[in-house]
Order: sequence, then structure tokens, then C-alpha cells
Amino acid sequence: MKLLRAILVRLMTMSVTLIGAAVVVFFVIRVVPGNPIAMMLPPGATEDDVARLTALYGLDKSIIEQFWIWLTGVVQGDFGTSISLRQPVMPLVLGRLPATLELAIFALVIAVVLGGALALTGVRHRETRTETAVDVANGVGLSIPDFLWALILIVLFGVLMPVFHISGRISPSLDLPFVTQFYVFESVARLRFDLWWDLLKHMFMPALALAIPLAAIISQLLKQSLKETMHLDYVTLSRTKGYGENHVILSEALPNAVLPTLTLIGVQFTFLIGGTVIIERLFSYEGLGNMAIDAVINRDLPLIQGIVIVFALLFTLINLAVDMMYALLNPRLRHA
Amino acid sequence: MLDGRGSVKRKLGARLWLSGTWLGLMAVLALLAPWISPHDPLAQDLFAGRLPPFWLDGADPAFLLGTDSLGRDVLTRILHGARIAFSVALIAGLATAFVGSLLGLLAGYMRGWVDVVISRLVEIWMAFPPVLFAILLIAVLGTGLTSIIIAIVVIDWTRFCRVVRAEAMNQSAMDYVSSAIVAGRPRRDILWREILPNVLPTIVALLTLEMGIAVIVEAILSFVNLSISTDAPTWGGMIAEGRTSIHQAWWVLAFPLGVLFLTVLSFSQFGEGLKDRFDPVLR
Repeated sequence: MKLLRAILVRLMTMSVTLIGAAVVVFFVIRVVPGNPIAMMLPPGATEDDVARLTALYGLDKSIIEQFWIWLTGVVQGDFGTSISLRQPVMPLVLGRLPATLELAIFALVIAVVLGGALALTGVRHRETRTETAVDVANGVGLSIPDFLWALILIVLFGVLMPVFHISGRISPSLDLPFVTQFYVFESVARLRFDLWWDLLKHMFMPALALAIPLAAIISQLLKQSLKETMHLDYVTLSRTKGYGENHVILSEALPNAVLPTLTLIGVQFTFLIGGTVIIERLFSYEGLGNMAIDAVINRDLPLIQGIVIVFALLFTLINLAVDMMYALLNPRLRHA
Repeated sequence: MLDGRGSVKRKLGARLWLSGTWLGLMAVLALLAPWISPHDPLAQDLFAGRLPPFWLDGADPAFLLGTDSLGRDVLTRILHGARIAFSVALIAGLATAFVGSLLGLLAGYMRGWVDVVISRLVEIWMAFPPVLFAILLIAVLGTGLTSIIIAIVVIDWTRFCRVVRAEAMNQSAMDYVSSAIVAGRPRRDILWREILPNVLPTIVALLTLEMGIAVIVEAILSFVNLSISTDAPTWGGMIAEGRTSIHQAWWVLAFPLGVLFLTVLSFSQFGEGLKDRFDPVLR
């Protein structure tokens, strides 16, 4: 019962957050100078044309009225029409979202594997030079944001040792049989591993850039909680039973040390998704973030609103999922 | 045990010294840029375009780190770019620290509806992807240094607010605050004279981290062509230009990138070092 009430409270604050975000973005972008209608029309358009188009997009009404029309539309799943692309916003956003999600999930997988491996290495060889090396790697990984990692990877593996693609989502010469936008998942489902491999080769650089800072955070926290766990009595007991160091770390210490790291990963995952905006731009990756920057440059108000709301919804949903997962996994909360 | 602590201390010392030296050096170079730069940062020379750095064939010793596609000296532009980067870091960092810490202190100390309002605002802010928010704000405010600084403050105040709020709440629960209340000191007095001095080390450590972030934000905005003007020598602008000609002239990207890397790393390590230095357990 308590859990149910907690979830209800969370859903309430979530909707307040979302409406707040909608209000902020709606009114902020209405202050943008520059008329989107003027950018749509060819030179020599009459004032009549401008007025007609302004009315068509509802831009002649008051801001409060516009907000009300937009909000009632959003609640029904209608985000309006993109001004620069002249298509409904919703299908445009949903068409790009899978590319961004695949990139973010791939980055998350890399971060967990890389961070976990670093932490385990550091603990296995604690108080040696190896641990110092892990600490230094963590420190550097944490200090440098994804934007700079991306540029460094472009110089290293795009130019000096060109092994990976540094532009696009898939080689343009390939025939695409896909019916969904989830290319990676669909290529596996269709057993088209040639396409799958091409996709991964394109995604690896941007995903790695997104993953490095998160991997460092995971490694740092997991290593710290592992080291704390290693001093507990039950770990000493299993050591006296004669288990090897690897067994003690992986089977005894890790399950108990992993919970704080899991919670942290959830929170940090939203930051990672926020990072896709600029990373997609750098790698010309056809995702939501790249579209968002174009939308801002083109003053495409409905599209900007739609994308920001989708991001905000994604962030709040992830936070909710993390809280619920934490409640389910933590025995102290589960039985409370 | 004592030895272990000694070596930790030495490591921390080295970290502070190394990062501090680099930042000091860059600050001095930034200040002196107009006098020590070998060329004019805006001077174009199309006949001297894409000259490589001095150790490669075809280099001109007058351009130590080479030139970009318009024949502008890379070294000169890095030095002048440091002026812009450090100005943004200093002003935006201080302004963000001020706004965020003030709201954090109020929320953490006053509690009640003040805390509810500020915390809800923080939550709304956290629902935006920061880079997108920054680009959006620049589109609203127009390009230019002032807009960049305002955008950084508007986006990043939450970073200070969250930490300072938690810290102020911790401090408020401590005995010295209770005794100040018992002694009948006014609330405002307790906040500014008792709690603020104890939260200040945290704020200072966060400030140096924020300065590194400010440098990155400026670079990102220059990269999407929304910073100052395409001509002005900013690190981000140089990187953006270098990105397009990376296969013909890697040095246009690599040198500003290297400097940016070391500067951001130093800001962050300096902040981390300060945080440990203030930590009474390690001290």
C-alpha cells in the first residue's frame, strides 16, 4: 500500500514537472526574435500571404491562447505541425527517437562493461600500481565531458587511424529493408548481420564518447563500494573457507556492492541522453538531438516544443523507473 | 596508516600544483595575448593557408603551430581564444555560483514553502537536456559574450543549488546552529555568519568545476555557430573550423583541442584537489 501511494505521489510530481517544463519552453521560445513565417515564403510574397500563413499556424493569436491550443493538442497526442518541414511534429519526432534511443542504450552498455571491468580490475589489484592507474583513468574520464571525448576520438580513430566511421548512422550505399526505425534491433531480428555490423561501426565512436564519462563514474563508485564490502565479516568468512580472490569479489562482494551503482546509473543515464544532442551533431548522426539543433536554427517553434517535451518525458520516466527499481531491489524498502 | 595518509597528501599536492600551474600559465598568456602573439588573430593570408606546424615539411617558421584554411596563425588564435575562454569562465562561474548558492542556502535553511518552490524549479530544470536548453537560450538572447554568460547562469544554477541546499540542511542540524538559535541570534544572522562560512569551501570547489564547464559550453556554442562571431578567435570556433578540414589540416583541430582538454582537466582537478584540501579528515 505504501509503495502504491509513493508511486501515486511520484506520478503527481512528475506531471507537475512536465507541465512546468512545457510552460518554460513554450514561453521562452515565444520570445525568440525572427519570424518563422517569413523564412517559409519565397521573396516577393505579399502581405496577404504572410497573414494567411500566420493564421494557418495560429501565430496571430495571443500567447496564452496559443499555449492553451497547444496543450490541449499535446494531451491528445497532437504536437502541431512543423513549420520548416511542413509535416506533423509527432511522426517526425517518433521517426528520430529510435535512432537516439539505440545510440544511448549502446552507450550505456559500453559504459557498464567498461566501468565494471575497470572497477573489478582496481579491486582485484588493490593497493598496487594498477589501482593507481584505474584511479587516474577515472579522474580523467570524469573531468572531460562527452563533447571533448568525441572530438578526441574523431582525431584519433577518424583521422590518424581511420578504423571507424565518424559520420552518419549507416552507409548510404546499403539497401535498407527496415520497416521500423529501430535499425539495430531490426537487423538482428532479420538476421542481417552485415547491416548490424555496419550500424555498430557507425555508432561505436559517438557511443564511446557518451560512455567514457559515465564509465568513469560507475568505476569510481563501484570500486569504492566493493572495497568497503571487502572488509565486512561475511567476506572474510568466505575467504577463510578457502575461496579464491576472484570468487570472493565476483560472487560475494559484488552482489552487495552493486545497488548504489545501479541507482547512480539510472540518474546518470538521463545526463547521457542529454549529451546525445551535441554528440549527434558532431557525428552527423540522424537522431532527435541533431533534429533539435536544426529546429532551433530554423526557428521551428512547434518542432522545438515537441522535441523538448519528448526529452522531458523520457527523463522523468527514467527517474521514475530508477526509483521503483530501487524500491524493489532494496530489501529494507521492500519490507517497509 | 600514517604513511598511507602521507602519500595521499603528496598525490593531492601534486594534483593541485600541476593543474594550478597550467591554469596560471594560461591566465597570464590570456592577459598578455595582444602583446606576445606573433600575428594579428584576424589577419588572413590566403597564400599562407593550411601551413603545417614547424616540425613538418613545408612549414613556415613564422607560424609555429601552422595556419588555418584562411591563413590565420593558429598559435595567435589560441592565445586570443584563451582571453575569451577565461573571461567567460570567470564571469559566468562567479555569477552561477552566486545565483545557485543563494537559492540553495535559502531552500536548505528556510525549508517550508521556499524549499518546495525552489526544489520544484530545480526538478523542472533537470528535465531539459542542458545543451539543447543552451542553444535555445542563445537563439532567444542573440549571440555574443553576454548572452553566453547569461545562458550558462540560467542553465547551471541548479548544480550549485542542489549541493548547497543539501549542505545547508546538514549544517542547520548541527549543534552550533542550535546553540545560536538558543542564544537568540536572528535567523538572518545565523544564515550569513554561521552557515555560509561552513558551506563556502564546497561552493569554492564547485566554482572551479563550473569554470571548466563554462569553457566547454562556450566551445559547444561556438561549435554550433552560435557563440560570438565566426571570425572571433574562440577555441570552439577553431575546433569547428578544424572539424571541417580535418583530413587536410589536422593541426587546426588538434592544437586548440589539446589546450581545451588540458584547461578543462585542470579546472576539474583543481576543484577536486581543493575539495580534498578542505576535507577535515584528510587535512
